[in-house]
Amino acid sequence: MRATKSIASTFTLVVSVCTILIFSVTIGSFYYRSRVALKKEMRNDAANLVLASIYRVETTLHAIGKVTEGMARSLEMGEYTDQGLAALLKDTLADNGDIHGLGAAFEPDPAFNPPTPIVPYFFRQGDRLIFDPVDSSQYPNRDWYQIPKELGRKAWSEPYFDSGGHGILMTSCSVPVFLDNGREKVVRGVVVADVSLEWLTKLMASIRVLETGYSFLLSRNGTFLTHPNRDLIMNETIFSLTESLDRPELRELGRKMVRGGSGLAAYTDLRGMRALMYYAPVPSTGWTLGVVFPEAELYADVRNLTLVVAGIALAGIVLLTAAVHWIARRVTAPLGALAEATEEIASGNFDAALPAVRSGDEVGKLTFAFAAMTGALKDYIRDLTETTAAKERIQSELNMATDIQASLLPRLFPAFPDRPEFDIHALMDPAKEVGGDFYDFFFIDDTNLCFLVADVADKGVPAALYMMVAKTLLKAEGQRLGEPDQILAGVNRILAADNDSCMFTTVFCAILDTASGEVRFANAGHNPPVLISAGRARSLPVQAGFVLGPMEDVAYTAERIVLRPGDTLFLYTDGITEARNRNEELYGQKRLLEALQAVARQELAGMIRAIRAEVARHAADAPQSDDVTMIAIRYKGPAGSA
Amino acid sequence: MRAGMMGLLVLLLALAATAMADERALRKARLMPMWSPQAQFAGYYMAREQGIYARHGLDIDILEGGPGRSAVESLTACEADFAVLWLATALQQDAAGPRLVNLAQIVQRSSLMLVAKKASGIAAPHDLMERKVGLWNGELSLPILAFLDTYRLRVRRIPQAYTVNLFLLDGIDAASAMWYNEYHTILSAGVNPDELQVFSLHEHGITFPEDGLYALERAYRKDPALARAFAQASLEGWRYAFDHPEETIEVVLRIMRQANIPASRAHQRWMLARMRDLIVPADADGVMGRLQPAAYEAAGRILRDHGGIATVPDYETFTGGDDARN
Repeated sequence: MRATKSIASTFTLVVSVCTILIFSVTIGSFYYRSRVALKKEMRNDAANLVLASIYRVETTLHAIGKVTEGMARSLEMGEYTDQGLAALLKDTLADNGDIHGLGAAFEPDPAFNPPTPIVPYFFRQGDRLIFDPVDSSQYPNRDWYQIPKELGRKAWSEPYFDSGGHGILMTSCSVPVFLDNGREKVVRGVVVADVSLEWLTKLMASIRVLETGYSFLLSRNGTFLTHPNRDLIMNETIFSLTESLDRPELRELGRKMVRGGSGLAAYTDLRGMRALMYYAPVPSTGWTLGVVFPEAELYADVRNLTLVVAGIALAGIVLLTAAVHWIARRVTAPLGALAEATEEIASGNFDAALPAVRSGDEVGKLTFAFAAMTGALKDYIRDLTETTAAKERIQSELNMATDIQASLLPRLFPAFPDRPEFDIHALMDPAKEVGGDFYDFFFIDDTNLCFLVADVADKGVPAALYMMVAKTLLKAEGQRLGEPDQILAGVNRILAADNDSCMFTTVFCAILDTASGEVRFANAGHNPPVLISAGRARSLPVQAGFVLGPMEDVAYTAERIVLRPGDTLFLYTDGITEARNRNEELYGQKRLLEALQAVARQELAGMIRAIRAEVARHAADAPQSDDVTMIAIRYKGPAGSA
Repeated sequence: MRAGMMGLLVLLLALAATAMADERALRKARLMPMWSPQAQFAGYYMAREQGIYARHGLDIDILEGGPGRSAVESLTACEADFAVLWLATALQQDAAGPRLVNLAQIVQRSSLMLVAKKASGIAAPHDLMERKVGLWNGELSLPILAFLDTYRLRVRRIPQAYTVNLFLLDGIDAASAMWYNEYHTILSAGVNPDELQVFSLHEHGITFPEDGLYALERAYRKDPALARAFAQASLEGWRYAFDHPEETIEVVLRIMRQANIPASRAHQRWMLARMRDLIVPADADGVMGRLQPAAYEAAGRILRDHGGIATVPDYETFTGGDDARN
């Protein structure tokens, strides 16, 4: 079902939809571009924040590294006794508050017993420095000793928890002590500085990232050193975590991080929070600092602003829609009134009042045009009413003329029920109310039956009037003269004498001797009749002859045939052979002959009906253009013979 | 009425007596694992947690192992009644005396491997020639030495401690690793499996059974039934652990946290899955917990060649002899 929409609502809808579309695109692109700009700005902020934090960490670690290296270099330069070494360790530790413990270990010497010497080690407890030598043969394969030894360079250990069980994160900076024996530099021992990372944990906790953001620190192996989720610290690496969470993409990010990469990465954290993460390495230890910026918070201002703009836009659109609707209604209201008024006019009330014209706009012009049209229509209908009345009068007169004309032709069949020698039947079907065709038959004397068919040129009233004259003359002259050629010549003479209108008529006139079956006939330009004999129909060859009317003193040829009993003579006008269908196709003589042959054995009334029906069928719905007239006569033999 | 009260009293007394008898029936014993709590010992934890030991009439106290706490020393010092030991450890101890009895062989084949980084150009065993290879102290390195011997490799032996940090920093070219432990630790430090070249010893013909349950022979002779019950309950514990991996991992993580040991869920999950691969026999007719004579013989040969012992006891004696069938 299709709902009818008013112009106002269609207009309002289109404007609203377009406006919403424009605003959506505008606000969407505003939001997107703001985010891009914000992300760019945030990248710089994040980089600054991370690098500043790293700088603070690095400063401390670097200093510790330098002290440890200095210590190692001292041990390479000079020979120290056990007491001298202990004093050096103690003094160095005392001077460097960031170091928790300091020791020096040397390569085992198989010549001594035990081969692994006791390792001198001092550590800080409050303000006191405590001597706590390591008496274990295991140190040569501990990380803090083995890694710098095997790598031949300073190494920071993977952080570990302090042995005291205080949950304090520690790391060790170890520097190999070399001995140049002339051939090569070999590692003689390792200086180790243990560092508490409590300050680092505090520093990391102090990094504020918006409201809900946070930072975390990864070791070289990817182990969490600091993280808001304490369960992760020292338990999980970023890789074991990604394995648990089944997030391989995070593993790739983790690999970039622990390999010393830096950059900004989209990151969905453990709680499923979408975030951006900036990460950068701590150069001396190979650790990685990551700072997580929650997207929701990062883009909160842009989102809120966008929502406000969207709200304003929405209110604007509502207002705009209302305004558009109001204006559209205002513009189309006169149209609506006009439509109602015209509906009334359409229903026939031409006096219906049109809405008052308030302005000279298109609607005003339309109203004026409607008013003018209504006036013109009223005049036209008045004229039409008068014309129709006149036409009806003429029509009724014509109808009467039709009746009169029809009554002139012999219409009562059988016409001569007391004459068994022949049978006769006829039909005239005028194309208009009155026709120019006619037929007639009458006895001249007791045995001679005159019958004729005529076609006045032209149709309608003039032809009908001319026909009246011709018919009257033909009957009068027929009864007076008694021979067809003389009848035609006589009638022609009278018609031609006063023929100002130059009208003419064709006539085929014949006289049947009912005793012998002889037919005498003459033709004045009419179609030759059809003879139906022994079931065969053929056109009778006749002289053409000149039409009646235009010229005086025309002689007509008398001809004759003899009908055998059962023969039928069929006379017709060109209304039959020239009947046309929609394709302008003529009915034609050939079809007529075939049709007659088909109904040759029928009674004459049936034959004429059949031919009429046949012609009507051919013409189908094409209007009848000419009068259709036919007369058929069948000779049955002399009286008493039948 | 009076008779009814009396009957009730008698019934209550009987019930109390039964309960006390049950209490008394639980035999106390101590188990010393060879290392700190981890999924390597999940079966024993689950046997305790799920009351499987109790159902076998045992009250097992699982001691805390780890660096500096030798399981075999605990056993010989009678600080523990049972211990989880490597077959190599057990055979060396058996040779030195007092003698031990293998109650069950838990890990059926060697989980040891040598791991190298492909980037260091090591693709086949002979590429290890003259390279720095990390080896654990003592009997833990025996299968690796056998491997090196198989390929006649001379390597620079670097003592390897408990971490793989030296390997991660490229301080050594190849590290010793347990499939269920160090190998995954390396993966968890961000090294991808396809970056590693792994030589699994068992794929190189060295099938060296590892974790087994042991008791001192003299203690075992006194009460074989107790030891057998312990072994059966422990195997049942392992079956339970494999059937309930998530529950087991929770228990392992809890025990690790209680012991202040770094505990990674992913790592323990990996370890439990690998223990299953190592413990559950590969072929359908294999029996869980049974020391295979062939593997025992092979291990014995390696020990005679590299472990400094002259003879190994015959299989029957080592696995408890006739008592096993009783």
